[in-house]
Amino acid sequence: MTAIDDSFLPADPSTSKGGPVLVVDDLTVRFPTHDGLVQAVSGLSYTVEKGKTLGIVGESGSGKSVSSMAVLGLHDPRSTRMSGSIKVNGAEVIGASEATMKRIRGNEVAMVFQDPLTALHPYFTVGSQIVEAYRLHHNVSKKVARARAVEMLDLVGIPQPDRRVNDFPHQFSGGMRQRAVIAMALVNDPGLIIADEPTTALDVTVQAQILDLLQSLQREFDSAIIIVTHDLGVVAEMADDVLVMYGGRGVEFGPTKDVLTRPSMPYTWGLISSVPDVHERSDQKLIPIPGTPPSLLNPPAGCAFFPRCAHKDKVGGDLCETELPEFLPLAGNPAHLKRCHLHDPEQIYVDEVAPEIFADASEKLEN
Amino acid sequence: MSDTTTATAASVAPASTETVLSVENLKMHFPVKGSGVIRRTVGHVKAVDGVSFEVAKGSALGLVGESGCGKSTTGRMVTRLYKPTGGSINFEGTDIADYPGHKLKPIRREIQMIFQDPSTSLNPRHTVGSIIGAPLRIHNMVPKDKVLGRVQELLELVGLNPEHYNRYPHEFSGGQRQRIGIARAMTLQPKLLVADEPVSALDVSIQAQVINLLQDLQKEFDISYLFIAHDLAIVRHFCPEVAVMYLGKIVEIGDRESIYEHAHHPYTQALLSAVPDVKQAAVGGRRERIRLEGDVPSPINPPSGCHFRTRCTFAKDICSVVEPPLLQIGKKHKVACHFPGELHQHPEKPVTAPLLGVDEFGAPDPGASPAEVPGDGPGYADTWYDLANNSRGRA
Repeated sequence: MTAIDDSFLPADPSTSKGGPVLVVDDLTVRFPTHDGLVQAVSGLSYTVEKGKTLGIVGESGSGKSVSSMAVLGLHDPRSTRMSGSIKVNGAEVIGASEATMKRIRGNEVAMVFQDPLTALHPYFTVGSQIVEAYRLHHNVSKKVARARAVEMLDLVGIPQPDRRVNDFPHQFSGGMRQRAVIAMALVNDPGLIIADEPTTALDVTVQAQILDLLQSLQREFDSAIIIVTHDLGVVAEMADDVLVMYGGRGVEFGPTKDVLTRPSMPYTWGLISSVPDVHERSDQKLIPIPGTPPSLLNPPAGCAFFPRCAHKDKVGGDLCETELPEFLPLAGNPAHLKRCHLHDPEQIYVDEVAPEIFADASEKLEN
Repeated sequence: MSDTTTATAASVAPASTETVLSVENLKMHFPVKGSGVIRRTVGHVKAVDGVSFEVAKGSALGLVGESGCGKSTTGRMVTRLYKPTGGSINFEGTDIADYPGHKLKPIRREIQMIFQDPSTSLNPRHTVGSIIGAPLRIHNMVPKDKVLGRVQELLELVGLNPEHYNRYPHEFSGGQRQRIGIARAMTLQPKLLVADEPVSALDVSIQAQVINLLQDLQKEFDISYLFIAHDLAIVRHFCPEVAVMYLGKIVEIGDRESIYEHAHHPYTQALLSAVPDVKQAAVGGRRERIRLEGDVPSPINPPSGCHFRTRCTFAKDICSVVEPPLLQIGKKHKVACHFPGELHQHPEKPVTAPLLGVDEFGAPDPGASPAEVPGDGPGYADTWYDLANNSRGRA
């Protein structure tokens, strides 16, 4: 796993400065339940640099939300077993005291939740909730904090912020609520923002506004963003790096361009092929991934994707069924990691998968 | 322009042109009550304000738009879960818009609905067998001892294990639950299925499975769909014909090709450009797109003239004065805009003004002679307004 820590980012002197904001190393999260141990996240490692965006993609139950909530220490230690390490600006989160977590939460790492209606308290005005978040970490008067709240609402593009600050969440539209949640997340100028499906509940036009907002704020504050989503289009337009998760593990990781134009793991192929393209004529049938995601109570012994994989017969013997593939870099590209036994996935992708997905893209790949 | 649309429309259009559903000037105005004891009606939410469309047999019409545009309300009126406040719903030649409850029972057999969230649309205390069998019992379709056999047939049809009829909805995954909802809708062998966001609650890999299932059923039983969704990519894939709604009105309707390749309404263009694209990964950064400012206005008090003008970058004087009619501009393409045109090719002068008998600022023009607007009504006319020559075109 150390391969990720030191060598995965392409050298880009203009943007990558300073150490990583977040280092997750060999994170394992398990929940003991009546039915057994749910292995929600296993052996997950990734790094997020300052000013960069990481996209985490996967289906429900792939562990993407559980792992990002672990970064904020939101799992109850009494009902969760966690191991590995999560370092936020060098400080260890796992096993940290509640006092330490309170200092980190909202101040160094902030979260934007999927549904802004449930993330905001219906009894309090939007302004008072932002004021509360600000005063937790700053010893200022209510008046100063309120001015700051108005300033934040203005920053995220809410019209007449000095009046809207006194409104209750139900008086805001869906897009405005999500803006208010983003304002609350940014009020303490955190180095890392975790956005868990920030636009899933929103319409496309509002989604585009919110994504624009996140990007312009990122440029302004140079914060790192983790964007958890199931929409590959959002990842393609937002993220510098992508982590594809399946069955609680990372299965593919790399710069967005590499992962989405030369995906090397059958699950990623399946994700791309099962979504129709809005900008492309499509009369042929969609190619779904057969079956359903594995139960994390009793995950398959080998590759978690093995039961649904269309390419398992290309690997000799029963390797896929019995042995978990390691998370290793591709031969030609050390930044691009995959967890798959296939020997030459790039060739399979170019020869078999890409022509099925889009006729014109396979030409592009050969260039 | 008209030549190319004609050619492509002919190749896209299904062989049969028989119309199953024809909706004309459909309206749903929900009353807003005051707070006093008497609770007077103080206004109306114009959720749907005069929409007209047709669904051909074995075809699918997609209704797209932002939340609150009235697409779900339209679906609920077609299934007669709501009683429309105006307009007509012609289902196989009879107007069902005003049918009282008891006359609706036979209609329910023909028009069924698939709901968005399978976990709330299935009764958690009933077994799958009883859920799918309920329509059979209510409509006395088969003798009681044959219900189970039919239920198992249906389970098999939608790709579930027929042995599982005795299980409860919570024992199934989200995708399987949606299949149960589809099996229930299929029980009575309907002619028209209203699918209200049938896949938006599902994971991407499962979405494709359910979409393929819906298409297989369509082919096998010649079902027509009214497909309501906000996901433009899925609608493009599923529906040969698409209607774009904004604030209770259809702003653009046409075949797939016209809407996705030759959108003429600024709102359709903005919607299409806002969809994030996976292919952008090869280029990096964000795609160029049309920015829409602000939110959808309230349907209680919609803007005068064109509903979209408050967010439209091309809006001019006439837009706030006169409402643009739904103008047919191609064989299967209608658009409600004073300045219809492809992206970056919107005309300078309102093409609708001479038709409506107004000048280019929307004021009544005494010299003009208002003409009949081609495209009024649910279907498509044989003649249309040719944008290239500003004259009537023909097939």
